[in-house]
Amino acid sequence: MIDVQGLTKRYGRTTAVEDLHFSVRKGEILGFLGPNGAGKTTTMRVLTGFLPPTLGKVTVAGYDVMAEPLEVKRRTGYLPETPPLYTDMRVDEMLAFAGRIKGVSRRELRQRIAETAEKTAIGDSLHKIVGHLSKGYRQRVGLAVALIHNPDVLVLDEPTAGLDPKQIIETRRLVKSLAGDHTIILSTHILPEAAHTCGRVMIINAGKLVAEDTPENLTARLQGFETMRLVIEGPEALARERLARVAGVGGVSAMPEGDGRVEFSVQMQKGRDSRKELARAVVESGWGLLELRPVGLSLEEIFLKLTTTEDPAEAEVAAPESSREAATA
Amino acid sequence: MRNIWTIARKELNSYFRSPIAYIVLGVFAVIFGFFFYSILSMFIRQTFMQAQYMQMYGAPMHLNVNEMVIRPLLMNLSVISLFLVPMITMRLFAEEKKTGTMELLMTSPVTDLQMIFGKFLGAFFLYAAMLGLTVLYVLLLFRYGNPDWRPLVAGYLGQLLLGGCFLSFGLLLSSITRNQLVAGSLTFTVFLLLWVIDWVSEFSGTRMGELASYLSLTTHIENFSKGVIDLKDAVYYLSVIGLGLFLTARSVESVRWRA
Ligand SMILES: Nc1ncnc2c1ncn2[C@@H]1O[C@H](COP(=O)(O)OP(=O)(O)OP(=O)(O)O)[C@@H](O)[C@H]1O
Ligand SMILES: [Mg+2]
Repeated sequence: MIDVQGLTKRYGRTTAVEDLHFSVRKGEILGFLGPNGAGKTTTMRVLTGFLPPTLGKVTVAGYDVMAEPLEVKRRTGYLPETPPLYTDMRVDEMLAFAGRIKGVSRRELRQRIAETAEKTAIGDSLHKIVGHLSKGYRQRVGLAVALIHNPDVLVLDEPTAGLDPKQIIETRRLVKSLAGDHTIILSTHILPEAAHTCGRVMIINAGKLVAEDTPENLTARLQGFETMRLVIEGPEALARERLARVAGVGGVSAMPEGDGRVEFSVQMQKGRDSRKELARAVVESGWGLLELRPVGLSLEEIFLKLTTTEDPAEAEVAAPESSREAATA
Repeated sequence: MRNIWTIARKELNSYFRSPIAYIVLGVFAVIFGFFFYSILSMFIRQTFMQAQYMQMYGAPMHLNVNEMVIRPLLMNLSVISLFLVPMITMRLFAEEKKTGTMELLMTSPVTDLQMIFGKFLGAFFLYAAMLGLTVLYVLLLFRYGNPDWRPLVAGYLGQLLLGGCFLSFGLLLSSITRNQLVAGSLTFTVFLLLWVIDWVSEFSGTRMGELASYLSLTTHIENFSKGVIDLKDAVYYLSVIGLGLFLTARSVESVRWRA
């Protein structure tokens, strides 16, 4: 449905996106992840025909965005970072204008407005002035505008930014329900969001692809070591030494918590579950074991590890395989 | 065609949703009313002097509503539009760029030209509505006088064409910035320059004067005001409008490449 080959986009001297390759199958939801300035918005603008690519071939819904932009635009719905709304219009006028300009026939217009308003839960505000709506509602109207012509491809730039938690969940559910009929590509900074909604995640940084996989695989691949968190009541130095001697332990770091308690972060070797040994070692030494639990790398940590290069050593420990794979990909 | 109409309607509606339309129409009605009143009262004073004139020279003074009222009114009209058109055109592109709605237009299946024509038409309708107000005043003349309607029609046609030129350049200047105020002041400055060129053209005979008179938008309006519809003048205006819209298209396209 979407096919991007060697996309490069430069603004004057700055290269926003460099040699990006990816494709999205029909009915799939692709998550686009990256820190500020990674090039997410730029890529989406090229996909929707708002900006021409500097280099590369971009095909959406079977049409080249450069050769047949109108065909692409007819089949694409786009929600930019700031919803493109006329603040002086009423919501229904806004939707009617969007529908007309996107080529919805006069006969169907009314029905399409009703349908999208219901889907995006703005039916109660159809007669309000767009400029008087809250940010969350504007976001939903923006989504309705993107959906009005029932496009094959939906491009959503940070669709849940600025929404309250309830609306975030509703929007995610809506986006999920749209997949299948629509092919969706959405960008976000928030990792759980990608994990919840997307079938596949692409992480980009500084305009380049860093990693691409399902959220589950991405997590699994990155967890070469598992980390245990222990809180012990006992002497810090002795305990650290004792823990390090337990079979399967890679490294130990300690953080005193006061009241004679110490928090330990214990790196385990891959595939070993030494929780029992750890517990026994603590108890047999006569210290109090207050807490023992595994800490998986959260997506946030993975994200940071993949996209920041400040501490290459740590990134290497956390993601030895994936960074190599990404480099060769 | 449907796209052009959709956009034109949107523009026209948004003029009336904001105070702009009311300000433009209101200011126009007041200024035009003032000119109308002063020109007409001068004319009336002269009619009163008619009798005296007859006694002194034995022949009636040459008095003509068309020449003495309608023509100067129409000439004043073009000066008023010079000042009001920037208010109409400044928002056309600048506002859309600022609020990001340009992204909606440019990712919709609409060509740049359709978008430009649509915006031009929307602004043109407001301008035409403005001229429409003056028809009310002119109808008064028909009630109390007996003007010839042909020069009137020609005069209005000329005004529409002249307004189209102003609008197309206003549109161009709105497309080069995202700041309405900048667009408005630029347009106003350019129009003021045109007016200055007009003055220079009064010293005809000199090279400068001839060139200025050729370039001047308002010299071409004189024929229309006299009731003469000359193809040459019409073609001149239509080409200026075309040039403005063409340059706007270039500007919009370059925005696409740079933005
Ligand atoms: N119009 C522009 N002119 C020049 N440079 C630009 C322009 N738009 C974006 N850039 C640059 O291109 C790079 C990518 O920007 P982009 O907006 O695509 O990032 P993003 O991933 O969407 O970031 P964010 O998460 O903050 O939305 C940035 O370095 C930005 O400064
Ligand atoms: Mg962005």
